[in-house]
This record gives sequence, C-alpha cells and structure tokens, in this order.
Amino acid sequence: MAKAFTPGLTVSARATYRARRLLPVDGEVTVSVGDRVAADDVVAQTFMDGDVFPMKVANMLGASPRDLPGLMLRRVGEQVAVGDTVARSKGMFGMFRTEVRSTAAGTVESVSDATGMVIVRGPRQPIAVRAFIGGTVVEVLPREGAVVENVVALVQGIFGIGGETSGAVAMACASPDEELDADDVTPAMRGAVVVGGARMTAAAIARAREVGAHAVISGGIDDQDLRDVLGHDIGVAVTGSERIGITLVITEGFGEIAMAARTFALLASHAGRTASVNGATQIRAGVMRPEIVIPLDPASSAAGAPAMSAGGATAGVLEIGTPVRVIRDPHFGVLGTVAALPEQPAVLGSGSKARVLEVAVAGGLRITVPRANVELIEGGDR
Amino acid sequence: MSPPPATKTPPDPSRIKVIVATDCGSTTTKAILIELVDGHYRQTQRGEAPTTVEAPFADVTLGVTNAVTELQELSGRRLVADDGTIIRRASDSDPDGCDVYISTSSAGGGLQMMVAGVVRQMTAESAKRAALGAGAIVMDTISANDRRRPHEQIQRIRELRPDMVLLAGGTDGGDRKKVVELAELIAPAKPRPRFGGEYRLPVIFAGNAEVRPEVSRVFDRGFDLSLVDNVRPTLDVEHLGPARDRIHDVFLEHVMAHAPGYDKLISWADAPIMPTPGAVGDILQTIAAKRGINALGVDIGGATTDVFSVFDGAFNRTVSANLGMSYSISNVCAEAGMERILRWVHLPMDERELRNRVKNKMIRPTTIPQTLEALVFEQAVSREALRLSFEQHKAFATSLKGVQQQRTVGDAFSQQAAGGTLVDAMRLDLLVASGGVLSHAPRMEQTALMLIDSFEPEGFTELAKDSIFMMPHLGVLASVHPDAAMEVFEKDCLVYLGTCVAPRGQARAGKPCFRWELRGARDARGELACGEMRLLPLGADERCEMTVTPERGFDMGAGPGRPVTRTVRGGTVGLVLDARGRAIDVPADAAARRATIARWLEALRVYA
Repeated sequence: MAKAFTPGLTVSARATYRARRLLPVDGEVTVSVGDRVAADDVVAQTFMDGDVFPMKVANMLGASPRDLPGLMLRRVGEQVAVGDTVARSKGMFGMFRTEVRSTAAGTVESVSDATGMVIVRGPRQPIAVRAFIGGTVVEVLPREGAVVENVVALVQGIFGIGGETSGAVAMACASPDEELDADDVTPAMRGAVVVGGARMTAAAIARAREVGAHAVISGGIDDQDLRDVLGHDIGVAVTGSERIGITLVITEGFGEIAMAARTFALLASHAGRTASVNGATQIRAGVMRPEIVIPLDPASSAAGAPAMSAGGATAGVLEIGTPVRVIRDPHFGVLGTVAALPEQPAVLGSGSKARVLEVAVAGGLRITVPRANVELIEGGDR
Repeated sequence: MSPPPATKTPPDPSRIKVIVATDCGSTTTKAILIELVDGHYRQTQRGEAPTTVEAPFADVTLGVTNAVTELQELSGRRLVADDGTIIRRASDSDPDGCDVYISTSSAGGGLQMMVAGVVRQMTAESAKRAALGAGAIVMDTISANDRRRPHEQIQRIRELRPDMVLLAGGTDGGDRKKVVELAELIAPAKPRPRFGGEYRLPVIFAGNAEVRPEVSRVFDRGFDLSLVDNVRPTLDVEHLGPARDRIHDVFLEHVMAHAPGYDKLISWADAPIMPTPGAVGDILQTIAAKRGINALGVDIGGATTDVFSVFDGAFNRTVSANLGMSYSISNVCAEAGMERILRWVHLPMDERELRNRVKNKMIRPTTIPQTLEALVFEQAVSREALRLSFEQHKAFATSLKGVQQQRTVGDAFSQQAAGGTLVDAMRLDLLVASGGVLSHAPRMEQTALMLIDSFEPEGFTELAKDSIFMMPHLGVLASVHPDAAMEVFEKDCLVYLGTCVAPRGQARAGKPCFRWELRGARDARGELACGEMRLLPLGADERCEMTVTPERGFDMGAGPGRPVTRTVRGGTVGLVLDARGRAIDVPADAAARRATIARWLEALRVYA
C-alpha cells in the first residue's frame, strides 16, 4: 500500500535534540565527545580566505603586462600594508620612475603577466561555530564540527526571520489569542525571547528591538508589518540571513491567528528558562523550519524521548485520531483530530475533485477539508 | 548533447509491450503505465506519490516505489519487488513486471548558475542565453562593464553559491586581456558551490579559444574546468549549442548526482535519466516537426515556469525562476503587483487578506484552493505568472535558435528592444498547457481562458493541455521507442480544448470587430463587437471551415480588414471568439472592471 505522508510541525515537551554544528569549510574542532557545552561555547573554528583586492598595476605603471613580474617589488606570498610600494617602473635612464602603492593590506596572491593585474588578499577571517544549545557533545566530525545533544522542549515554527540567538523565555501575553502589541513589551525583556499570543504587530517588534530583546515568538504576523520591518517584500521563503537586530518566529501563519494553545502552554511552562532560537526558514529544496529549543534540566535523562534533528522537516501518516491543524482558508488555523478518511475523492467548493478528510473540531462539529490542507501536529508527548 | 553515463541497453523496441515511466518532480513523483493493447500503445494507468528527495526520507527512489506501487494496485500487475525495485518481465507471457523503466527528474532544486562575459550586451548576454536555454536559473551576470567595481564583483561572486559558472568573453582571436581578467576575478573569489564538501565547482569556459591556456592556468586548482566552443566566435555569430550541451552534461554528472538516491535511480532505469524540461522540449519539437506547425508550450510549476517555443523549426526554451504558483507565489505578486492580479478577478476581495493568503501559500506550498473565491484568486495569479514568463521568453527567444545563429552587431546592441522577433502570436498554431494550475483546473474553460489572457494569441490558435502531465515521460520514451511515444501522445496525452479566434488590433468597446462564418460540421454565422467574447460549440473530433472578416484596423493574419479562411479544430471547450483586441485591456474603475470580467467569464461559462 502506498503511504500518504503529510508534513507536520513538531511541538514537543520532551525530545532528544541533536544539533549538528558544521563549519562552512574545513577547520579545527575544539571539543571532544563527552564535553558539556553552553549555547555560546565555540565547538569548531576556522579561517575563511580574506577579501580580494585587484589592482591593475601594469596599467598604472604604463608597462606591458609581460614586463610586470620584473617590476614587482613584492613577490607572491609576501605581506603588504596599505601604502607599501609594490611595483616600480624602470623610467627613463633610471629617472621618472612611477610607483604603485598597495590599496589594501594582506598578502600578494598573484601577479598576472597576461593582464597586468596584481591581486592582494586581505587577512583571513576567523569563523567560529557555537553550540547553539547547551548539552553534551556526542559526536565529533573531524575538521567539520560536532553534534551536541540534549533533552529539550522543542517548538518548530512555520516561518521566521533572522538567525540564531538565545535568551530567557519571557511571556508577554496572558493567552494564546491575545495580540502582541508594543505595550506588552517591557524594558525588563532586554536579552529575552519574548513570547506573544496571536499576531505580533509592527509596533511590538519595534519596541522589542528598542528594549534589546533577542527574539519574538507569536502566532502570526501581518504581511504588511513584515514588509515594514524588513523594508522590502519577501518573494520566496528562504530566510535567516536578515540583519534586523532581532529574530522573529511565527508558529501558525500570516494574519490574525492565535498561537496553538498547546504551543503557548509549553512555552509558558518554561518561562525564565534559556531558549535557543533560530529563525532560518527554507521552503524549497531541503525544507527547514524555524525552531525554539529549550534545554531541560541537565540531570534529565534522555531515555524514552524521541530523537529530533535540528531544522529538519517531519512527516507522518494520517490516521483516525491524529491531531491536525487546517492550514488553508476557509478553516485556516482550526485544530482538531482526524475523524474520517474517505477513500473516494470529493468535489470541493472550488469545483475541483480531491481526496478529503473529516476533522472533528471543538464543539462536536465536523468539517471536511482536502487532505492537502492539513498538517500533523507532531510531538513526542501527545 | 552528449548523454550522461549510459545505464543499460534497452530491449529491442519490437519486444517492448509494457512500459513504466516516472517523472520525479520537486514535490510529486508521477508514474504512468503504458501497455500494448490490441496492437496500439496506450497509457493505461497513472499513480503518484510525494517526492522523497528531501529529509527525512532523502532517497528519491522511495517516492518512485510508492508511485509505481499505485500503478501496481490499479493495474493488478505486479511491478514492485519486495526490495522496492521495479520488476522486469522474464518472458512475453510473464503477467508481472515491465519491459522498460525510464524516468525524468527535476528534483534537487533546479540548476543555479553564475555567468560572466566581457561586454554585458554581447558575450555576457550570449553566455546568459546559453545558460537560460539549458534550463538554468541565472543568479548573476558579471561583465567588465556592468558598472560594478572589481572588488564589488568579487564580493558578489563570493556571496553566491552557484552549481556551476559559465565564462565567456572575446571573439576567437579577439580580446585576450579582459577575458583573463574575468577569470582572475572569479578564481580567487572561490565561489562556494551549494553542495560544499569535496564538490569541485565546475567552470565552463566558452570564450576566445586562443586564451584557453591562460584560463586553464587560472582555474588549475579547486575547479573542474571544461573548455567548449566560443558562444560568440565572431561578432555576428552566436553559437550556443556546445555550451548548452556541456551545461546539461555537468548538471547530470555533478549536480543531479548529488541528489539523494540518484545513483540508485540511475541503476534502475533502462535509459539515461533526462531533466524534465529537456524531455518536454523534445516532445514539443517532435509534434511541431510532424505537423509542420509553430507551437508553444508552457509548464507552470510551484517554483518556476518553463516556456518552450518552436517557430519555423527553431526551438527555444526559457525558465523563469521564481515565477511559480506555490514556493514563488509571493514573488509573482511582488513582480506583477496586486493591482495587475486583481484585474482578472470578478469578485470583491480584501487586498490585505489576500496578501496574507499569498504568504500562507508560500510557507505551506502544498495546499489547494477549497473555495471558489480561493480558486479565482489563484487563477488570477497564474495569469500574471504566465504573462511575465512569456515576456521573458519573448525577450530571449531571438537568440536561442540552437547550434548557430546569425545576428548582426546592431541586433546584439538592441537586444532588449528587438526581443520577441521569433515569437509571433499571429503565427502561433498550437498552444499547449501543463502544470498544476492549468492541468488540474476544475473546468477546461478555465484552462482555455487562462491561456488566452496570458499569451494573447492572435489569428487562429489551437489550445490543448497535457492531460496528466505526461509530456516528460513521452519525451524520454521517444529516445527508447519513438513510435510508442507518438502513439500515446496522439491518443492519450493531449486534450484539445478548441481554437481561439482573435484578431489583432484595438478599438473602443462596442464598435464592430469581426464577422465570422462556419461551414462543414456546423453551419453558422455572426459578428462580434469590440470587447465581446463568445463560445461556439465544436466537439473534440469536429473540424469546420471558418471565414473571419475583420473590420478595418483589425488583422487576422492577412492584413487589416482582409478575410481569412481556415480549418478550425474543436475540443472540449469549443471555438473561443475573442474580440477584446490585443493587448487585452480592462476598465480602470474597479466596479466596471469586475462587471467586464464577469461578462467574459459568463460568455465562456468559466465558473458555471
């Protein structure tokens, strides 16, 4: 029987989380298996090649590119500082010599006798990869990085902006259907991961940046507010590199939508604890969702907790009783459990034929929605 | 194009009776079963399953097995072995298995390239056209005169993570220095490929053949350099074929080979895995050649839209990155503007809510419209995605003629303005639609009107759709068994919607536009005023002689005011008479616009 996999987002009170922390290029791993690390600890480091500065030296000397190697005062591999003379022309009878001074500090990388170009490479730039979550190093990937593991509470959001950060969980709203506005954000939330309820307003985000909060989590955001915050529209959902001074994660979607009560309760139960947050989202090849990771008590045992990998997509099989969230209008945001899975396709209001399911929702009602329009609510504790 | 490493020799075509073909798309893997029934090849079953190239599955063959399992359940023929592989028939009398398994693929995120050339309007543009023609997404074009300073160019190159780089520059025997300079900028920037690790970034050099030794020296370490014929051997000749072919080879050998499970899929298949758009292009060219017509095909997907055209035998293809109906829907709205999208909508809609809906589709791309209102909006977005893709196609089609193209220096410098010289809406005979929003529209009339609104065909144009997105499968089948591919194409693949009859020209609404007369299967006559549409019934197997006499200022292909008689083909929709003029215009006032659109929709019974 062919299996119908349906995507889902993880909301788990307790899971074993493995953060695979890798360098972009080979380097040195600074931890060993068994080491305890904090979120900010460096686990691997390397140096990236420095910036490149091309100089058209033969042109500047008025010489032929072929003659350039003979006119260079600094050889390939030698260090230069800004203003150092790197080449000198022969002049006429040893007079009227022209000199070229380096416009950059670094190392002479190449001297081209084909184009007359000299390339100076700037100093190498250090790159450090941090642990992201507090935990134990369970695997070292030589020259690449390490895997850090811990038992955590884990919430996958649907969309985020901004990169990795961490801070104490601070509840700004009293209920999951309360809009997060500027008044809810206080100076005491400096360095915190601020948790709202329903939509986060542009004013609330501005206030959070102003007080120095590290992240804001809420149910939804209005498209216009997001555009105002970023200063541009988003065409495709590939994010994480925005530099707006704060990380934003929405758990449900765009618009006026309340955070799922279970997600809100889970975050509230960890108020004051340190959470690691990554807003990076990629909805293309290699789906990646934003995450809020809250390491639990270090003494807590990992035994029995389901294993999760950082950023990864999840998928499961639809069955009667499976908790689902409707992810498209006209029932967008409605939560319930699968009540029936009719085999035959049904005709929708749009006129299309599609396979559907029935969802039992609050108040004893049943709604019929296309199977493509639900997602599983994944979690190890359900 | 030289094929990728061969797998195994397919059996003699005369012995092929059962064929399984799959297409591994970025979201869905589609399988079809083709069988020899009463001496004719017919597509008998279809199955599909989500593509499993991404985590947590990370093996493309799982999705293939699931899709083929669906074929197995529907046909009663055992096709999948216990280990998940596809069973081959042991003998002619064997009731299980297939004789041939073939596949196409577009999974893996597409092909992302950076291109470079010396002069932006010349060699850099030729390089860009070669990359686009090969199906790539061009991330950036670097040239000596692109107004960026060298260090800015290097910084940009460092930020990109291309799958490969195409470097052109200089005519053969021409500029040497600028070409090597470009190479010297790219090499130290060390662009990091997407796949990281041990992947050596492929660089294809298609510039001045005389500087190959210098370019080879520059890229001697850390790169996988290929040298191919110059894309611009002289100023007035563009020669894109070898560069495009090499791009395809590198794509298959390096990029696709990194997609999870690909090695297994290659070993299962009886013919080389073809890129999906390449296979679609092959079958479209076959149809155009066989019928001696000009044809245009479009495949609108979730992330990108491909447009293919064959005019006077010259094949062109473009891929519009980030114009699609799910992953890229927000980008379509950003590029087109909400105002242009809403001009196709006859229902009142709240713009703020629509913007949020668009974003929700972007972040949950696999959802489908449940309500009529949601469908109307998505079909409006699709019109703009198709229109923008077609604009891009017209702008590049002039230079994608194939192996060699004669162009003047003047043409090259006026490329932007001269775009579209090959694609002539009046000379288009057949317009073929594929891709979810077009193929799965609940009513064929919706597909027909989306095509007409977006492509604005002129004169007489047959409209068709790929019934179940079978063109990729048939494109690759054509490489194994051409007769079977053509037979299935004619009988099961294309669904003819009918013919669009539309004169070129514009006039005030209500003025006479054209008179028409049908003879043969139907006898009827009438006239249309400007701004009107009308649907005439003409069945799928029916043909009629039709004479259209346009008013002065309108042209059906023979010149303004001159009558034209043609044999027109019916279809599931019929004959669409379109007197809206070209370009199609809608009233600026929202209420008047909605009323006008509603009238057109009613005339064609689009949402009836």
